[in-house]
Amino acid sequence: MIQLRLTDKTPLSPRITRFRFQHPDGAPLPVFSGGAHVMVEMQDGDILRRNAYSLISDPQDGSGYEIAVQREDQGRGGSRFMHEQAQPGMLMRLGQPVNLFGLNLTARKHLLIAGGVGITPFLGQIPELDRLGADYELRYCVRSRDEVAVDLPGAQLHVSDEGSRMDLDGVLGAQPIGTHLYVCGSARMIAAVLDRATALGWPPDALHSEEFLAPAPGEPFDVHCARSHKTLTVGAHQSMLEALEAAGIDAPWLCRGGACGQCETDVLACDGQIDHRDHWLHDDERNRKIMPCVSRFRGQLLTIDR
Amino acid sequence: MTSAHSIASSPRYAPLEPRACSAALMIADDAGMAAIDALIGQNPELGRKATILRIGATAPPDTLPAALDGALSQARMGLQVWLAGSQGLIARAQALLLAAGLPKGAIQSEHRGTAARRMQCVHCKTLAEGVTTDPYTCPGCGRALFVRDHFSARLGAFQGVCIDAETPGDIPEPQELRL
Repeated sequence: MIQLRLTDKTPLSPRITRFRFQHPDGAPLPVFSGGAHVMVEMQDGDILRRNAYSLISDPQDGSGYEIAVQREDQGRGGSRFMHEQAQPGMLMRLGQPVNLFGLNLTARKHLLIAGGVGITPFLGQIPELDRLGADYELRYCVRSRDEVAVDLPGAQLHVSDEGSRMDLDGVLGAQPIGTHLYVCGSARMIAAVLDRATALGWPPDALHSEEFLAPAPGEPFDVHCARSHKTLTVGAHQSMLEALEAAGIDAPWLCRGGACGQCETDVLACDGQIDHRDHWLHDDERNRKIMPCVSRFRGQLLTIDR
Repeated sequence: MTSAHSIASSPRYAPLEPRACSAALMIADDAGMAAIDALIGQNPELGRKATILRIGATAPPDTLPAALDGALSQARMGLQVWLAGSQGLIARAQALLLAAGLPKGAIQSEHRGTAARRMQCVHCKTLAEGVTTDPYTCPGCGRALFVRDHFSARLGAFQGVCIDAETPGDIPEPQELRL
C-alpha cells in the first residue's frame, strides 16, 4: 500500500466522479499497463473499506493515478464514501496497480465493449493502443446520454433510450480473424456479450471480461477456521474475508471481487450450502473450495483451512 | 526413446467435436477423412456449412498455403477449424492458421494415420516431412538427429537435435517411431 494525496475531485456525469491521487512529495508513481486497477482503502468511521477501481489515467504517466467512481446508493458504502467524504487534500492508502484485464498484444485487432461505468478500464488502454498504433474498435453503450462520463472521439456511442442500441450480432460478425474481444460492464451485459460471442463461434482465448463484484449482503453465518482454532460470525453486511481480517486471521487477497483467485480457500467440512458468487472457481472445485471475498454460506457448519 | 506428451509443447490431439460457429473449415488427408465423416455424422448441419479442404493425390500438402489463403480471405471471427490426418498436415495447417491470427482455441485436431512427424533440424533449419525413425538423417546437413517431443507451434514441426555431438559417430540404431 502507498499513501497518496487526493488532489482533485471532478464530476464527470451525474453519478460518476473522477479522483486524482498524487504522491505527497510529488514523487513519480510506478507506471502500469492499461486495464490495471488499484485497491483504495477508505476509513469510513469504524469500518475499513477496500474497493477496487480501474485506473483511467495514461499508464505511462507517473505524475498521478486517476480513477472514476460511480455512486451506488444501494451499495455497501464505498462509492458513497468517495462521493461524500473523500475531499481534496486528504491522504488515502492505495494498493499498487494490478492488472487482471490486460490487452493481448498478439491480437490483430481489439474490440472493446463498454457498458456505462465499464468504460473505465478502457480509458487506461486507449493511450496504450494509440501508442502501439494498434487497430481497435470501441463501443461505448449507455442507457441515456447523461450517463456518458467521457467524450471519446474514437468511440462509437450507443444510447439505448435514443434508439441507437448496439447491434451485437452485427458487431461480432464483422470482426477480422485475430480480433480479441474485451467487455466490461454490468454482470448481465458481460454475460450477454460472452454468450453471443461463444454462440457465434468465438473461442474462449479471444474473450476477455472484467467485473468486480461487490460482496452482496446476506444472512449472517458462522465459519470455523481450523488452523486458527476460531469460530467467527460473518455479519449480514460483512464479507467472510472482512470477518477473517477483523478477527486478526491473515488471509491473502488481491481484487476482493471474486475475479483474481488470490483468496481461494480450502473447505475442510461443509454441512450446508455454499453460496458461490465468484468468477474464479471451476464447477468441479465448488464442493471443496470457497472465495471468501464474495461468497457466503447457509447451513449448520462450515470449516475452512485458515 | 521418446514418449508422447512428455513435455508441455507436444501437441494434444482429441476426437473432433461439433462446436458452435459462424463458419466451418475442415482440412483432412485421406486417413483424416474418416474423422471428418464421424464429426459430420454427429452434426449434419455442420457438414452443410463446412468448407472441406482435402489434401491428397490431387491436392498435395504444398497446395495448402494457397488453399488456406483463399479460404481465409473473407473469414471473420466465428470461424472454427477442424484438422484431421497426419501429424505433419495438422502441424502445417495449424501453423498457417495461427500465422493468419486465428486463436488456438478455434482449432481442433485429431490425429489419424502413422506416427510420422514433421521435423525441423535445429542446426541447419531444414524441414523434413514424414520422418518415421529416431534418429533420422537430416536431408539438409546430413547430421543424425534425435527426434524430440519439443514442438514449435510457429513452425509446425518437432525439433531434431544432433544425437552424436559429444561423441561423434556414436549413433544408435534407428528405431521406428511409435504413437
